[in-house]
Amino acid sequence: MSAIGLKFAPLRSRHVLPGFSLSMGFMLFYMTSLMLIPLLALVIRPAELGLDGFWSAISTPRVLASLRLSFGMALAAAAIDSVFGFIIAWVLVRYRFPGKALLDAVIDLPFALPTAVAGIALSTLYAPNGWIGSLLIDHGIKIAYTPWGVLVAMTFIGLPFTVRTVQPVLSELGLEIEEAAATLGATRIQTIARVVLPMLLPAILTGAAMAFARGAGEYGSIIFIAGNIPAVSEIAPLLIVTKLEQYDYAGASAIGVVMLAASFVMLLALNGLQSWAAKRR
Amino acid sequence: MSAQFRKPTEDPVWLKALLGTLAIGFIAVLLLLPLVLVFKEALAHGLGAFWAAMTEPDSLAAVRLSLTAAAIAVPLNTVFGIAAAWSIAKFDFRGKTFLVTLIDLPFSVSPVVSGLIYVLVFGAQGWFGPKLADHNIHILFALPGIVLATIFVTFPFVARELIPLMVDQGRDEEEAAATLGATGFQTFLRVTLPNIKWGLLYGVLLCNARALGEFGAVSVVSGHIRGVTNTMPLHVELLYNNYDYVGAFAVAALLAMLGLVTLALKSLLEWRYADELAAMHRH
Repeated sequence: MSAIGLKFAPLRSRHVLPGFSLSMGFMLFYMTSLMLIPLLALVIRPAELGLDGFWSAISTPRVLASLRLSFGMALAAAAIDSVFGFIIAWVLVRYRFPGKALLDAVIDLPFALPTAVAGIALSTLYAPNGWIGSLLIDHGIKIAYTPWGVLVAMTFIGLPFTVRTVQPVLSELGLEIEEAAATLGATRIQTIARVVLPMLLPAILTGAAMAFARGAGEYGSIIFIAGNIPAVSEIAPLLIVTKLEQYDYAGASAIGVVMLAASFVMLLALNGLQSWAAKRR
Repeated sequence: MSAQFRKPTEDPVWLKALLGTLAIGFIAVLLLLPLVLVFKEALAHGLGAFWAAMTEPDSLAAVRLSLTAAAIAVPLNTVFGIAAAWSIAKFDFRGKTFLVTLIDLPFSVSPVVSGLIYVLVFGAQGWFGPKLADHNIHILFALPGIVLATIFVTFPFVARELIPLMVDQGRDEEEAAATLGATGFQTFLRVTLPNIKWGLLYGVLLCNARALGEFGAVSVVSGHIRGVTNTMPLHVELLYNNYDYVGAFAVAALLAMLGLVTLALKSLLEWRYADELAAMHRH
């Protein structure tokens, strides 16, 4: 009786607790002044170029090549990170072995290591005389100072995203469905590929989208290893910096707007993915 | 007897070996090797050279500047995070989802773009730049610009930790306190804060690590004046580009140590106080 009565009780008033106007006011002031106004400055800056000017600013071969490199390599890095993110999450959740806790903690290293530190370390490591670079150069493979260096750095920076989105979903997954699959005669590989992987798909895609967004905008860890050859291994964020150094504010903003638009699209895609994942659960 | 039969939900030994090797190998090569290299290179010419590079005046100035910027940016973002979480978790209003999405925006914006927006506002050709220059106020290529860029990139850390945590905890306890006559400040201090303290610490920890390590955004606004506007990560770049590898890796090693301490504290919080952190960090 009382349970039903509760259901029909009037909705509680919106302001039972104090501090709404203070906290909300501070939050909105802080976000507007530090984030929204500066972002607005970026969005309307290219307007002085006009639509044609904007188009010609971003359609030069050098700019297009840098955008292609940033987004293309970010996609490739996200794909590599998704595969290894799944494998690492699987090993961390399902297997028991000594040192597992340490391995788990190490995953977050790219978050904890400042990008400039990662940048000079990767560059030294993959340079032709570096620990890894010297092994590869014998086989004619060059990583540092080529577009492949960009891929290595983006893969490094994106790995925690893919592991950390798959890991919690995997550990919540019950074993019953896998038992059912095994009972029905599926081999272990079939069970993983056809039963487990589809259930993890939203998480894997979310992690990939995060790794992609991070990689496309990444700067610090890349500029040391990339060699920064215009139209070959020059990423879009670096081109923004270069244009700023030449006081080409409008040109820099035009590239910035393209990158910002991509961030918005990724943010929307991530929200979509998350509500899809929530629905499937 | 059961040892001879594999459970149907357990991987065969060959698969375990394969995936285990792949996982550990990938982590070792991609993540651990760079870390080892930083410390090896920093000590390449012995502890003496390492120490000399660390205590060189420009390095010390960089350390001081980084600490100053973080000391301003982190408390401000902490207050913002608490205010955001309080209004979003404890009250109902329209557009909440949009607001939460917006708070996360700095995480998906390129660090270079994060710096660029302040150049467009405060730069020589920016909105307020010329006016401020008339009054001899310098934002860019000075501490205020560095602080602004640091604030922007570390914006979401405390908020995104506290919002899910405080939404989970609901508002019953606070409402009970208010009913019993506690003022808003008392309620926050005695009821809310004890509930969120580990989550708050977690967010501050990550915020601080990023504030000290930020490179791209700060690089755009700092002007790279050696010993004046070079933060630690920028100093690493400068030394590296001047072929001073011992110096670059010495400062890098200090930053890496900082990262490792952060990582250790973060893992400690996740193990020890898992139930008091936002659900996404519970293992």
